[in-house]
Amino acid sequence: MYNLNYSKLKKNFLFMKLAYWMYSGPAHIGTLRIASSFKKVHAIMHAPLGDDYYNVMRSMLERRRDFTPVTASVVDRHVLAQGSKEKVINNIIRKDIEEKPDLVILTPTCTSSILQEDLQNFVNRASLETKADVLLADVNHYRVNEMQSADRTLEQIVIFYINKNKKQNTINREKTTYPSVNIIGSFNLSFHNQHNIAELKRLFKDLNITINLIIPENASITDLKLLPKAWFNIVPYKEIGLLTAVFLEKEFDMPYIDITPMGIVETSRFIKKIEKILRIKNFEVNFDNYIEKQTRFISQSAWFSRSIDCQNLIGKKAVVFGDATHAVAITKILVREMGVNVLWAGTYCKYNQIWFRKELENICNEILITEDYNLVAKYITKSEPAAIFGTQMERHIGKRLNIPCGVISAPVHIQNFPLSYRPFFGYEGANQIADLIYNSFTLGMEDHLLEIFGGHDTKEINTINNFNNSLSWTPEAEEELARIPRFVRDKIRRNTENFAKQKNITTITLEIMYEAKELVTKK
Amino acid sequence: MSNVTTEKLTFECETGNYHTFCPISCVAWLYQKIEDSFFLVIGTKTCGYFLQNALGVMIFAEPRYAMAELEEGDISAQLNDYLELKRLCLQIKRDRNPSVIFWIGTCTTEIIKMDLEGIAPKLEIEIGIPIVVARANGLDYAFTQGEDTVLASLTQRTNIKNNLNTNIENSFHKPLVLFGSLPESVVNQLTSELHKQNVSVYGWLPAKRYSELPIIEEGFFVCGVNPFLTRTATTLMRKKKCTLINSPFPIGPDGTRAWIEKICFSLGIKPFGLEERERKAWSNLETYLSQIKGKSIFFMGDNLLEICLARFLIRCGMIVYEIGIPYMDKRYQAAELNLLEKTCLEMNVMFPKIVEKPDNYNQIDRIHDLCPDLVITGMANANPLEARGINTKWSVEFTFSQIHGFVNASTILELILKPLTRKFMPESIKTNQYNTTQKS
Repeated sequence: MYNLNYSKLKKNFLFMKLAYWMYSGPAHIGTLRIASSFKKVHAIMHAPLGDDYYNVMRSMLERRRDFTPVTASVVDRHVLAQGSKEKVINNIIRKDIEEKPDLVILTPTCTSSILQEDLQNFVNRASLETKADVLLADVNHYRVNEMQSADRTLEQIVIFYINKNKKQNTINREKTTYPSVNIIGSFNLSFHNQHNIAELKRLFKDLNITINLIIPENASITDLKLLPKAWFNIVPYKEIGLLTAVFLEKEFDMPYIDITPMGIVETSRFIKKIEKILRIKNFEVNFDNYIEKQTRFISQSAWFSRSIDCQNLIGKKAVVFGDATHAVAITKILVREMGVNVLWAGTYCKYNQIWFRKELENICNEILITEDYNLVAKYITKSEPAAIFGTQMERHIGKRLNIPCGVISAPVHIQNFPLSYRPFFGYEGANQIADLIYNSFTLGMEDHLLEIFGGHDTKEINTINNFNNSLSWTPEAEEELARIPRFVRDKIRRNTENFAKQKNITTITLEIMYEAKELVTKK
Repeated sequence: MSNVTTEKLTFECETGNYHTFCPISCVAWLYQKIEDSFFLVIGTKTCGYFLQNALGVMIFAEPRYAMAELEEGDISAQLNDYLELKRLCLQIKRDRNPSVIFWIGTCTTEIIKMDLEGIAPKLEIEIGIPIVVARANGLDYAFTQGEDTVLASLTQRTNIKNNLNTNIENSFHKPLVLFGSLPESVVNQLTSELHKQNVSVYGWLPAKRYSELPIIEEGFFVCGVNPFLTRTATTLMRKKKCTLINSPFPIGPDGTRAWIEKICFSLGIKPFGLEERERKAWSNLETYLSQIKGKSIFFMGDNLLEICLARFLIRCGMIVYEIGIPYMDKRYQAAELNLLEKTCLEMNVMFPKIVEKPDNYNQIDRIHDLCPDLVITGMANANPLEARGINTKWSVEFTFSQIHGFVNASTILELILKPLTRKFMPESIKTNQYNTTQKS
């Protein structure tokens, strides 16, 4: 019965791509990240054996103490031949009894979505027998990726419960007496999210704004009816929460802020925007003093920008790559707050590219939008920056090229789920980022000493002659080359050899080296 | 409790709701084993993301594997699977020039019925590189069974002429081929153990390189080194007309001895000095044994090594409550099951319950009731169990460690002992339970 329409299906699968690595995961991961962020929500994947590795990621990366509320309704050979029949329904009912969740989300996977089973029908039938609500995650596995699907699932759940409560007349539309806010987009397995939220809590406490709800992390779906009580919403991450914020704006006329409070400048812009919203709501506030005090005296990063340390960073070359939120924020910090020359900034969030380009159009010259890490590696090799700010993949590229890298965005490894307090948001976040950036570049004084004394590595340079074999270096020139700090040595070698080639010189002497250097400096 | 014996091993089958790795993970160790190979996994983003996450750092070492990622595209129907795969394989040939390309079929290729076995022979001729097709998908198999599907397919290629020196005439017995992918040093250890008994190993499936695959002919003896190689064994018997030596697996000194003995008997050779060899191996383990004696263990089951590990650990004096296992081939594992029974009787312990296709949820309930000293489990359950005060060991480590033969028995016990001997942890932080939800 499932043999139908293979020819039609096949037509859609004809674009094959050779891939070694991907920046963002498949759609169902996004759905599972949202589902398992809520309290008492259980996700059931309609998936073959082994597709439940999300549980491994959550349990390992975030070192979760609780069992991940995700189980699979296994698609095996039997299901392939005869359909799931009662299996999915029984699994939903079983979880309802075992875990007593408030909501069960049935999550299709790549595999199950091409089976074209009527999952909605299973959901409808199961929900007749369960105490829990049952939803089918509404995501197209071949059209959207992890982040888009997370965004969509969160919206779907919020809409479902707002509508449900509307019917039951249990929506709480009355605003809180004093200003309050919903934070939308805090969820499992995001980059330093737990620390960012703590930092936001601190910030709002300082501003005398209460936090109404944080969704989805640790939120209960029974609380969703309280969403309209807040005065406004914030969406700190570009990738997740916007759909929900837009829905709430339409439905309840709730304004939202989608500025990421990352870096001193953006954090103050974020706070000013809050001020503006509160004033529109006839609540007179002025946060100027707060911003002033934080910037000048509490946070260290504004002063750092001014300090002589940071002077050494001026004009240094860097490249940035990551998700849209982080790549934009870090690029702005590097350029505006530290005077670093960002050669190019890029993102793998293709669907955010218009926003991305707009945000950075006057800040860096070149924009790179790609999901192909090979292309990113090529760009990095070509531009030879002094430091990279990127994901774990860029860190590995940097290792290969001997260029330091600060990790600023997912995808990440377990070491990017630190135990200690490491926010990227707010004023403490700005401190952390300043440290990260400063430590990624070779330290200023060290840099000078290396240049003067030819580096502290006295080891022979091992001539990995993947450069130009038709050229030979005199011993004196080799020795001089060895004196050049390791991290720029390859570049000098390449420049010199290119220079020699242009001049049709086959033996590189000291003189040629200096001539080449002069020419490069003159440029 | 420990001196209760039942008459026979009991087998149960649960719902199959358990956590395990997808069988395509076999490319992780097979591409390293077969040095001139390239593995092309034909699947979706889900498969790719799994490999990327499960294999962690290895991905950055420019591995000899890649995904042929199937995507939805509005491309004209004039293109077809054949042309697409040809394009990718030519690219692989150009970039890596492997001696063989493995196509790993996935759930998606099964469902859309992509005819990989049909396309491969044609394309092979066209591009001039052998293509071996293996269907290592999550619809049919679990974790290590992936290797089984690859080796079963590889078996069909063992009649290709190669430059291996044949020494059939030189040995006293019919040629013996061992199957199962093991690290080179373990291969050498086992080969030399057999050599001491005047058994010469004609070849291994797989070999270090594709070009070194042994020719397998009718009448050869074959013997497996791992318990998950059912299909490979079947293919060798049916297609190659080989004689399978059904033996316990060379895990632990007891298993290794039984394995060698069985091979010797089958080849008509009288083994010698094995008893002494085993005794010596056990005496090397004495310090470990005193520490694990009487401790209880629970296998949740995910890699099919469970039966032989349990058998070895019972011999070590442990009590095994439950052996979860994804799939139980009672014929291929017959000798191993016999040895397990024998071991239980000799050690005077109750027979453990063998649970095929376990249900993790029920198992966790049983774990709460039984409070075993150690649970062997996958990474999805390890941290949550630790938070509930239960010692765990990741099952995956047994797959990736060297555990075969007399020499490596200590590795198994070291893995087992690691969580059991957190000596330096103060009681105040060791015994606290860290879970954040109350189980009702």
